[in-house]
Amino acid sequence: MSAILPPAERLWWKHPIDRVEGTWIALSFVWCMVMFLMMVLWHVYGEQNLSTETYKTAPDVFIDKTQAMVDQYTVRTETDLEIPVVAPPAGSDVYLIARLWSFWPILELEKDKTYRLHLTSLDYNHGFSLQPSNINIQVVPGYEHVLTVTPNQSGEFSIVCNEYCGLGHHMMVSRLYVR
Amino acid sequence: MSNATTYRICPRSGLQFEARAEKLILANAVAAVVFLMIGGILAIGVVLTRWPAVHWLEASTFYQVLTAHGLDMLIYWIIFFEIAVLYFCSSTLLRCRIATPRIAWFAFALMVIGAVVNNIAVYQGASSVMMTSYVPMMAAPSFYLGLILFAVGALIGCFVFLGTLVIARRERTYQGSVPLVTFGAIVACIIAVFTIVSGAIILIPTYLQSVGVVEHVDPLIYRMIWWAFGHSSQQINVAAHISIWYLVAAVVFGARPMSERVSRGAFLLYILFLQLASAHHLLADPGVSTEWKVVNTSYFMYFAVLASMIHGLTVPGAMEVAQRQKGYTKGLFEWLRKAPWGNPVFSGVFISIVGFGFLGGISGVMMGTEQLNMIIHNTIYVPGHFHATVVVGTTLSFMALTYYLIPVLFKREMIAPKLAKWQPYLFGLSMYFFCLVMMGAGTLGVSRRHWDMAFNGAAMAYEWPGAAYMMMGLVGIGGVAAIVGGAIYIYITVGSLLWGKRLESGAQSRKVTPIPPTAPAAAVQSYGSMGFVAPGTFVLAMVFLIAFVLYYFINWKYLSTLWGLS
Repeated sequence: MSAILPPAERLWWKHPIDRVEGTWIALSFVWCMVMFLMMVLWHVYGEQNLSTETYKTAPDVFIDKTQAMVDQYTVRTETDLEIPVVAPPAGSDVYLIARLWSFWPILELEKDKTYRLHLTSLDYNHGFSLQPSNINIQVVPGYEHVLTVTPNQSGEFSIVCNEYCGLGHHMMVSRLYVR
Repeated sequence: MSNATTYRICPRSGLQFEARAEKLILANAVAAVVFLMIGGILAIGVVLTRWPAVHWLEASTFYQVLTAHGLDMLIYWIIFFEIAVLYFCSSTLLRCRIATPRIAWFAFALMVIGAVVNNIAVYQGASSVMMTSYVPMMAAPSFYLGLILFAVGALIGCFVFLGTLVIARRERTYQGSVPLVTFGAIVACIIAVFTIVSGAIILIPTYLQSVGVVEHVDPLIYRMIWWAFGHSSQQINVAAHISIWYLVAAVVFGARPMSERVSRGAFLLYILFLQLASAHHLLADPGVSTEWKVVNTSYFMYFAVLASMIHGLTVPGAMEVAQRQKGYTKGLFEWLRKAPWGNPVFSGVFISIVGFGFLGGISGVMMGTEQLNMIIHNTIYVPGHFHATVVVGTTLSFMALTYYLIPVLFKREMIAPKLAKWQPYLFGLSMYFFCLVMMGAGTLGVSRRHWDMAFNGAAMAYEWPGAAYMMMGLVGIGGVAAIVGGAIYIYITVGSLLWGKRLESGAQSRKVTPIPPTAPAAAVQSYGSMGFVAPGTFVLAMVFLIAFVLYYFINWKYLSTLWGLS
C-alpha cells in the first residue's frame, strides 16, 4: 500500500502511469534536451566558450617564456615590488604566472583585440578570477592552459585568486589593463 | 553465531525492530548527531569570519575551522546517518535480522576511529587543506589515513546492508519486490560503493605521497578522481533523502507512490547517470575536452536531472493523492493547506523538497552548464548552491526523520515539542535566506574559501562593490539564525535521548513476524480534476519549471556580455 511496504503488484515495472506524471515527464524531458542543445549550440553561435588547448609544462620552461615576453614588451613597472606591466602586440602569445601568492606580470591588452593567454601555476592550484567581469578559470600546476581572449571593455580589471592556496591566499590579487 | 536475537513491534508505528539492528542504528545515528554538533560549532567560526563587519578569526584558524566544518558536515554527519538509514531500510522495513552484526560493529568502530583521527589531524594545524585537499598541497599523513579508515568502515557498512537484503529474501520476510524506500536505499548503497572506491583510488596514493613513498600525484587527475568521490557522495545523499521523502509521505499521510514504475524508474536513472557529476568541478579546468565536459556535466543529456524533476513531482503528488482520498478535495490546494504543518516530520520534509528543487536544483543545473560555469566557478555561489542541496535537502530531511524516530526507535517522548514544531521553519527558512544571499554575492564574483574580501595586506587590492559587502553581511545574519536552528535540533534530539520520558517498547518476541502480503490498492484515478490525480502538485511543478527556464536564460544573457573567449 505505501512506500514502506512491498508493492501489491509483483511486477512494478508494469504499473500504469497516470496523466500528471506522464505530462510532467514529457515536459521535463523536452526541457532537458533544450538545455543539452544550448551547450552545443553555444559552441557554434556563442562567443564565450572556454578553450581546451592544454600542454604539459614545467615551471622553468614557463618562466623562460614569460621572461622573454617581459624583456621585450615591458612598458613600466608598478608598486613597490616593481612588477612589470607588459603590453604585447595584438594577436600575440601572452603569459601569466600564478604562484604563491602573486600573479606575474601585469598585462596590458587592447580592447577588441585577440590574444592567446597562457596560464599556469608554479606550485599549488590557483584561481584566475577576472573582476568585475567575473570570468573564473582554474589554474592547475603542470598544465599550460591557452585561452583565446578578446576583451570587450576597456579599463582597469583585477585578477583575484579564488582557489584556496594557503595563508597568503587573500593577498593574491593583481591587475590587468585594457586600453 | 546463532540467531539469539529478539524482535519487538513498536506500538506507535507498527514497525518491527530487531534488537541488534536497533542498537546499530542508534549508535550510527548518535555518532552522526555528535559530528553535526561539532560541525555546527565550527560553522560559528566560518560564518562570523566571512561576515565582513565581524571578521572574527585569524586566517590560519579560519582555514583550519573551514576544513573541519566541511569534513564533519559533508562526510561524517551525513554518512553516519546514512549508514543508520541503510540499516533501517533493510532490517526494519524488511523485518529481518541484520547480517553479521559483529562486522557491522567493526565497521562502526573503523568509522569512528577514522573520523576522530582525521579531525585531530586538522586541529593539530598542519592539515588546513580544505575538504578537497587538492594536491600538491599536502596534509599530514594522518589526515588521509583517517579518511581512508572511515571510508573502509562505510564500505563494510554498505555490504552489511546488502547482506541484510539477502537474508530478508532467503528467510522470506516479505513477498514480491522490496518497498520503494528500500529500493531507494539500494540505489544510495550502489552509488556509495562506487563513490568510496573512487575515494580509495585517489586517497591511497595521496596518503603514500604524504609519507614519501609515492613521488607525484598528478593535480588534474587528482581533481577528476577526487570529485568522482566528492560529488558522488552528494549523490548518495540525494538518493537517501529522496527515499526519506517517500518514507515520510508514507508515515505521515499513508501515501502510496503514484506509480511504482515512475518512481523506481527515476531511481534507476540515478544509478546510470548520477556518477558523471565529477565533471561539474572540471568545467573551468585545462586538459579535458569540450565533448567530455558537455556529456558528463549534463549526466549524459540531463537524465539524472530528469530523475530529480520526476521525484520532485511524485513525492508531493503522492501526498496530494492521499490527502484528496481523505476528503481534502476543494480547489487546487486544500490538500496542502490542511497538511499537518505543525508536525516537524512533515514540515521539515516539505521545506526540504521545495528548497532542494527551487534553490539547490535550479542553481546546480545552471552552474553545471559548461559555459555558464565560468561565471560562478569557485565563487561563493558554489557553497550557496550546495548548502541548498546538502543542508536544506539532506540535513533537513534527516532532521525530520529524527523527529519521527525519537518515539519509534529511541522509545522516548520528545522533549520540548513546541520548540520542535518551530525548528524546521527557523532552520529551513534561514538556510533558504543564507543560500540566496550567498548566491547573490557569488553572482557578483565574491570568492569562496577566502579569509578576507578586503584583501588586507595586498599591494593591488580589489574593491568589491558595496552590494557584495551587503550580501556577505546578510550571509552572516542568515548563518547565525541557521546555527541557532541547528542547535535547537541537537538540544531536542540529545535531550529526548537523555531525559525524555521512556515509552513502552512493545512485546519482545523470539520470532520474526513477516510482512503480510499487500492487498491491491483501489485505483487512484477517481480523485483530482481535469483527469489529473494531483492537479495542485502539477501547478506547483509548472511554477518550478517556469522559474527554472527564466533563471537559466537570464544567466546565458549575463554570459553573453563577457569578454570573447574561444
